[in-house]
Amino acid sequence: MAETVLTHSGQSTARLEGWRGIAADWASDQRAFKNVSWGKAMMWIFLLSDTFIFSCFLLSYMTARMSTTLPWPNPSEVFALNIGGKHIPLILIAIMTFVLISSSGTMAMAVNFGYRRDRVRTAILMLVTAAFGATFVGMQAFEWTKLIMEGVRPWGNPWGAAQFGSSFFMITGFHGTHVTIGVIFLIAIARKVFRGDFDVERRGFFTSRKGYYEIVEIMGLYWHFVDLVWVFIFAFFYLW
Amino acid sequence: MVDIPYEGIEGIPPAEVPDVELYHPRSWWTRYVFSQDAKVIAIQYSLTASAIGLVALVLSWLMRLQLGFPGTFSFIDANQYLQFITMHGMIMVIYLLTALFLGGFGNYLIPLMVGARDMVFPYVNMLSYWVYLLAVLVLASTFFVPGGPTGAGWTLYPPQAILSGTPGQDWGIILMMSSLILFIIGFTMGGLNYVVTVLQARTRGMTLMRLPLTVWGIFTATVMALLAFPALFVASVMLLLDRLLGTSFFMPSLVEMGTLSKYGGGSPLLFQHLFWFFGHPEVYIVALPAFGIVSDLISTHARKNIFGYRMMVWAIVAIGALSFIVWAHHMYVSGMFPQFGYFFATTTLIIAIPTAIKVYNWVLTLWRGDIHLRVPMLFALGFIITFVNGGLTGLFLGNVVVDVPLSDTMFVVAHFHMVMGVAPIMVVLGAIYHWYPKVTGRMLNDALGKFHFWVTFLGAYLIFFPMHYLGLLGVPRRYFELGDAAFIPTSAHSLNAFISVVALTVGFSQMVFLFNLAWSLFKGEASGGNPWRATTLEWQTPETPPGHGNWGKELPIVYRWAYDYSVPGAAEDFIPQNQPPRATQLIQGAAS
Repeated sequence: MAETVLTHSGQSTARLEGWRGIAADWASDQRAFKNVSWGKAMMWIFLLSDTFIFSCFLLSYMTARMSTTLPWPNPSEVFALNIGGKHIPLILIAIMTFVLISSSGTMAMAVNFGYRRDRVRTAILMLVTAAFGATFVGMQAFEWTKLIMEGVRPWGNPWGAAQFGSSFFMITGFHGTHVTIGVIFLIAIARKVFRGDFDVERRGFFTSRKGYYEIVEIMGLYWHFVDLVWVFIFAFFYLW
Repeated sequence: MVDIPYEGIEGIPPAEVPDVELYHPRSWWTRYVFSQDAKVIAIQYSLTASAIGLVALVLSWLMRLQLGFPGTFSFIDANQYLQFITMHGMIMVIYLLTALFLGGFGNYLIPLMVGARDMVFPYVNMLSYWVYLLAVLVLASTFFVPGGPTGAGWTLYPPQAILSGTPGQDWGIILMMSSLILFIIGFTMGGLNYVVTVLQARTRGMTLMRLPLTVWGIFTATVMALLAFPALFVASVMLLLDRLLGTSFFMPSLVEMGTLSKYGGGSPLLFQHLFWFFGHPEVYIVALPAFGIVSDLISTHARKNIFGYRMMVWAIVAIGALSFIVWAHHMYVSGMFPQFGYFFATTTLIIAIPTAIKVYNWVLTLWRGDIHLRVPMLFALGFIITFVNGGLTGLFLGNVVVDVPLSDTMFVVAHFHMVMGVAPIMVVLGAIYHWYPKVTGRMLNDALGKFHFWVTFLGAYLIFFPMHYLGLLGVPRRYFELGDAAFIPTSAHSLNAFISVVALTVGFSQMVFLFNLAWSLFKGEASGGNPWRATTLEWQTPETPPGHGNWGKELPIVYRWAYDYSVPGAAEDFIPQNQPPRATQLIQGAAS
């Protein structure tokens, strides 16, 4: 449905302070969240739902790890690389995390330029973000390959509890899917931005509706969320 | 809430969101099949849910045939019986009730009741239905695959759900999990729409505290579903991996068919926690829309404002929040740490408070009301009775010491059928009688409706009330046949036969209802726009059935809450939400 980016709240009278203000806002006319567009509200609520999915995954992993009878493989051994004859623990994952966090930075810059209607810079920064994301997924593929070559399978591994491989492939796979979907949408939206769809109000191919520059920010919300989730996966899976 | 004075005409704030641009269908396909209009999507959802619901109804007949007359019907074997149980439960709870209340009633009523032209994201809304249909088709396909549908029970507990020996171990369980995952994806797309439409797309003057309780019920249930379905999603993914890839998330090491299975080290309890973290909120995902709808039915047909509107809203929200911290009362016999049971029994019993508030308020709304015993009202009254009945047995099952002996008996079956089977279905039927005139422009036949109500209501009681007694005798649930167990008297067998006869009768009486739906569509009496003389916005549309975009040129403006019935001094016994105060005063002046 077409909607414009909202600039004023429509409420001209003074706002109340504190909790009463929050209650009055929530219960107020037409919109519970003033100056929040439909798309942005929807993304926030979706992310809340997705948070529950990732929380359930991580809690299940923790339960499995605590209740399994066999010893859990040592992450700093398993996720170590031999580089130049040296055994460096967690090096790949450190680089991956760095890449993903950097992509959040470029995404934030893209949002900023999106607000300034800077077509070219927004598109380039989104593509850079997508490239970081693709790099992340590529390195994840490398890590999966390495572990599979070493004999790790979803149903077992050479070092201990089978749930190690099960949880690892499931959770990083689910997160990697999120990143991949994000990369696809980043490229699609970057193309629209670059072509000027949002300036000439061109209609979308699937939905026949006009898009707005705000979609860059909504995309950004998703992307930062996926990065934030990674921090938790990193902490609970690799550092525990 | 604090009233903030607005600048503008007659205390009505200016529009905050410019009127939306609608997508106009250009062909028959985009108008009726791949439609983006919430009303068409609602009808698609309702028809699909009813169709698969009829399958579940037939399954219940087959189960009753076997239970009432064991050994008589050679075409039902023990494996099939388990498959019938599983599919009946899963279809009724998820694919019928959840989809019908949220996808059906939610889609139809939310935009109309909040004064919107459509859902906020019609395209996503359309996708939601098609993914739901796919989920239903995948589910239905399990009847035709080798081995048939899964017979694991609707709770799908591992380890037995995926081990050989459980029917449907080859394909049934895999397709069941896939179907659930699809359902959750489809529901999420719809659910985001419902929530954002209620929060951000209301018309001028429609504050949250002026929403009809129907919208509050559906809205809260949708929020809960968006937070509870993730647990089922995760459980389904993990069980699917256990079955397909041989992971051991839920599978301890055990002996299967005489050999040590490939599994080991997993936790079956983890599945139960995930399942019931979804499963208990699911009860209220079905119940809260029913609570909301029944409030509106009672208020409209008793010509009285709902008693304690604000408390009704808070009760809905409180029930929604509490239902997330009671899940382990389904697991008292699972081998939890005993003191957890104490905690979950306490939270469970606390839910009785907001629920009782709601029941008292319904009764107080009826008190000295101008009650019209029309068919929707009959169903609403039937709901109150069955719901109170089911709620009271919930107090038995919520207490650990009482639950332990009653667990896995027919008492449990009677309880949940009363409280989340019969009661919500009463509301569904009442709601269909109530809103059918708006959807089609014609009234349903009254005589057939009254017949339908009395057979359904009395029949449901005759089925499920004796079942409590069977449970107290210790008759176990999910058993293919009872055999000659000494503790089961012969009277229990006769009672089972009696229940089966009534169940078949009630089941067939639903055909009268289906006939009524079809017949009235063409031959029903024309209803006009507002046959029940109701206040809420959906009855004030310029056209009936409402056209594309719902409201013609101008969006309605809301001046009052949804329950101005029998206002003293007013000319009519109802004042629509969009009637300006000045017009009312003029009428009042004329009346005095």
